[in-house]
Amino acid sequence: MSQKTDHHVILRIVAKPLIPIIALFGFYVHFHGDYSPGGGFQAGCIIAVSVILYSLIFGIAPAMRAVPPAFTRSLAALGFLIFGGVGVWALLMGGNYLDYDALFNEPPGGHDGQHYGILMVELGVLFAVAGSMLSIFYAFAGRVTEIKDEDW
Amino acid sequence: MLEFILERGNYWAIIGLMMIGLYTLFAATNLIKRLVGLSIFQTSIILFYISLSRIDGGTAPILYGKDAKGHGGGHGEEAAAGHAAEATHGAADAAHGAASHGMAHIYSNPLPHVLMLTAIVVGVATLAVGLAIVVRIREAYGTIESDEIRQMDLDVALAEYAEDHSGEANPA
Amino acid sequence: MMDWILQMAPAWAEAHAPALIVVLPLLAGPICAFLPGKGRIAWLLTVAVTALCTLLALVLLAQVRSVEGGAIISYAMGGWAPPHGIEFRIDALNVLVLLLVSSIAFLTSIFGWPTIRAEINQEKRAMFFGAFQVCFMGLLGVTSTGDAFNLFVFLELSSIATYVLVALGSGRDRRALPAAIDYLLMGTIGASFYVFGVGFLYAATGTLNMADLALQLQDVGGNRAVQVGFAFILVGLGLKAAMFPLHQWLPNAYSYSPSFVTAFLAATATKVAIYALVRFLFSVFSLEYIFEGASLAMILMPMGIAAMLACSFQAIFQTDIRRTLAYSSVAQVGYMLLGISLGTAVGVSAGLFHLVNHALMKGALFMAVAGVVLTYQGTRIHDFAGLGRAAPWTMTAFAIAALSLIGVPLTAGFQSKFALVSALLASGWWWAALIVVFSSVLAVVYMGRILEAVFFKAPNNPHKEHKEAPLLLLIPLWVLALANIWVGVNGSFVSGLADDAAAALFIGGLQ
Repeated sequence: MSQKTDHHVILRIVAKPLIPIIALFGFYVHFHGDYSPGGGFQAGCIIAVSVILYSLIFGIAPAMRAVPPAFTRSLAALGFLIFGGVGVWALLMGGNYLDYDALFNEPPGGHDGQHYGILMVELGVLFAVAGSMLSIFYAFAGRVTEIKDEDW
Repeated sequence: MLEFILERGNYWAIIGLMMIGLYTLFAATNLIKRLVGLSIFQTSIILFYISLSRIDGGTAPILYGKDAKGHGGGHGEEAAAGHAAEATHGAADAAHGAASHGMAHIYSNPLPHVLMLTAIVVGVATLAVGLAIVVRIREAYGTIESDEIRQMDLDVALAEYAEDHSGEANPA
Repeated sequence: MMDWILQMAPAWAEAHAPALIVVLPLLAGPICAFLPGKGRIAWLLTVAVTALCTLLALVLLAQVRSVEGGAIISYAMGGWAPPHGIEFRIDALNVLVLLLVSSIAFLTSIFGWPTIRAEINQEKRAMFFGAFQVCFMGLLGVTSTGDAFNLFVFLELSSIATYVLVALGSGRDRRALPAAIDYLLMGTIGASFYVFGVGFLYAATGTLNMADLALQLQDVGGNRAVQVGFAFILVGLGLKAAMFPLHQWLPNAYSYSPSFVTAFLAATATKVAIYALVRFLFSVFSLEYIFEGASLAMILMPMGIAAMLACSFQAIFQTDIRRTLAYSSVAQVGYMLLGISLGTAVGVSAGLFHLVNHALMKGALFMAVAGVVLTYQGTRIHDFAGLGRAAPWTMTAFAIAALSLIGVPLTAGFQSKFALVSALLASGWWWAALIVVFSSVLAVVYMGRILEAVFFKAPNNPHKEHKEAPLLLLIPLWVLALANIWVGVNGSFVSGLADDAAAALFIGGLQ
C-alpha cells in the first residue's frame, strides 16, 4: 500500500508509541504484584494485548513475523515448565512441592524464598497466559482472510 | 414480602442469569449461541461466589492503616499471605458478616475471588476450545446449525445402514 | 510383595509420591509440545511417564496397605498445612483408582503408537501426546486431591484436554466434531453444577477441604443450603460419570474419537467421576440425614436400574461396534451405581470391584476394536464378520473380554457381578438382583451378536487375508485379557482392595 492511501495513519502513529508502554506496564504489574494488586496473570494479559493491538493495526501477518505462532506456543509451554520447575526445585531442596520456604534452605525467619519463589511462579504464569492468549488469537485470526484496506 | 425479594437481589440475578444461560444452551440451534449461553451460565456462578465474599462494611482485602503496620512494613506480602489464610479460616464467620480476627478494619473475604479467577480461566479455556471446534465444524460441514448437522449425520448413517442391509427396506 | 516395593522405592519417591504422580505428567505435557520429530519421541516420553506414574501408584498402594486398616497419606502442597492449604490425601479408596488410571494409561499408551500413526497427522502427534498427558494428569489430580475446589480445577483440566482429543478424531470421521462439542457443552454444565454445589457448601461451612467439610457438615447437617449443594454436586458429577439420563454425550464421543482415546477414556474417565461421586456421597456428606440418605434409594438406585435396562436394549440395536460398547458402558455404570446406592460397605465394595473390572474389560474390548480399525478400517458389525479366522489373536482377546462383560464364570465380570448380587441379597433387594441377571442376559444378546459375526459368519469380503494387529497392540491387549481371567480365577487381590476402599469410607473415613 502506498503512503497516500493509508488512511489509518493516525491509528498507526498513536499506536506505535503506545505498544511498548503497554508492554512495559505489563511488566510493572508483574513485578509489583507482590506488594499491590497485580501479578503474572494480569501482566500476561496486558503483554498479550500489546501484541494483539499491534496485529489489529498493522495486520496479522506482520504481527506473526514479529511474534511467530511457534514462539507463542513454546512460550505457553515454557511458562508451565517454569511454574512446575519451581515446584520441583523445592522438592530437590527437601521441601514439599511448591514450598517456597525450602527454595534457598534459609534459616527460619528468612523471606527470600517466599519473595523470589512467588515472583518466579508468577513469571511462569505470565509466560503461560501471554503465550496461550496469543496462540488462541492467532488460531482464530489466522484462519480468515484479512479485510483489505480498500474494503474499509 | 417486597423486602424479602429486594434484599436478595443478588440471588435473583444469579437465578436469572443461570436460567437465561441454560435456556439459550438448550434452545438455540446455532452452536455459537449455545456457547454464549454456556458463558452466561458460568457467569452466574462467578456472581454467586463473588456475592458470597461480600461482608457488610468490608473493604478490599488489602491490609492498610494499622493492620499493615503491625507486620513489619517491608514484608507486607508475607503478612497478606498470612491473613489470607486466616481469612480462609474465618470464612464461616465472615460469610455471616462477623469477626475480623483482631484487625482494625473489616475486609471482604478474598478467597472466593481467587477461586473465581481460576474458574474464569477455566471458562475461557473451555470457550476457546469450543470456538475452535465450531470453526472446524464450519469447515467440515459448511454450517454451524446443530439441527442441520444432525440431519447430515443421519443421512450418512442411513446410507451406511442401506449398504449393510442391501435389498431391505429403508427403516426411515 | 508390598514390603518389597517399600524396600525398593527410594526415599524421595515415598515422601513425595502424592505430588510426583501428578507433577510428572504435568511437566511432561508441555515438554511434549517442544519435542521435534514425527511424534515418536513424544510417544516414548508418554510411555515412560505413565510407567513411572504406575510405579508411584504402587508405592502409594504399598504405603497405604502397610498399616492395618489402611493408612491415610496427607501431603500439604507448598507446605501450607490443611485445612487452609491444598492437601493431597491418599487413602485406600483413591489409591485403588490411582493405580487403575495409571496402569490403564500405561497399557493404552504402549498400544497407542500404531493407531495414532494411522489416525493423526504427523505434525499434530506431539501436541496430541501433550493433550493426553494433561488429560491423564487431570484424572490423577481429581483422584488424589483432598480439596473440593481443586477437584473442580483438575476435573476441568482433564475434560478440556479430552474435548481436544475427541475432536482430533475428525481426521477419520467428521462426526467427531459435533460429538466433541456436545461433550464440551454437557461436560461444562456438569462441572459448573459441581462448582455451584461446592459454593453452597463453602457458604455453609467456610471450608473447602473435604475432610474439614465432613467435620463441619456434621454441625450444620440439616441446613437447606447444604441440601441444595448436595443436589448440585450429585447432578454435576453424575453428568461427568454418565449417570443414566445424563449420558447422551457418551456414545458419540466414544464412537468417533481416535481409537487410542476411546480405549483410554472408556476405562478411566467415567471411573474417576464415579470415584468423586463416592467420595462426596460417603466421605463428605453424612448419609444419616434424611435428604442425603434418600438420594441413594430414590435417585441412584432407579437411575442405575434404568441404565442397566434401557442402555442394554439400546446396545442391542446398534450396528456400530463402538456404539454398542459405548451404550454397554452406560449400562455398566448402572451396575456400579446400583452397588453404591445400597449404602452399605458390601455394596460400595461391589460397586468399586465392578468399576475396576469394567475398566479391564472395556479397555481390552476397545483395544481389540482399535486393532481391527487399524487393519481393516471398519467398526460396524458387518465389517467384523469372519474376523475370527483372519485375526485369531486379536479376536480371542476380544472374546475373553466380551465373556467377561457378560459375566461368564472364571472371568472378572462374573466375580464382580456375583459380589454385587450377594450384596443386593444381603440387603434384601432380591428383585434388583433379578434385574442384574436379566441385564446380563441382554449383554449376552448384544455381545453374542458380535461374537457370532466374528466367529461363525463368512467374511463379507472374501479378499480379506490373514492380517493380525501389530505386536505393539497385541501385547497390552493380551495383558488386559489375561488380567480379566486372573481376576476371574483369583479375585481376592482386587476385591480385597475394593473392600479396603469401602472400609476406609465407612469406618476411618473422617480423620
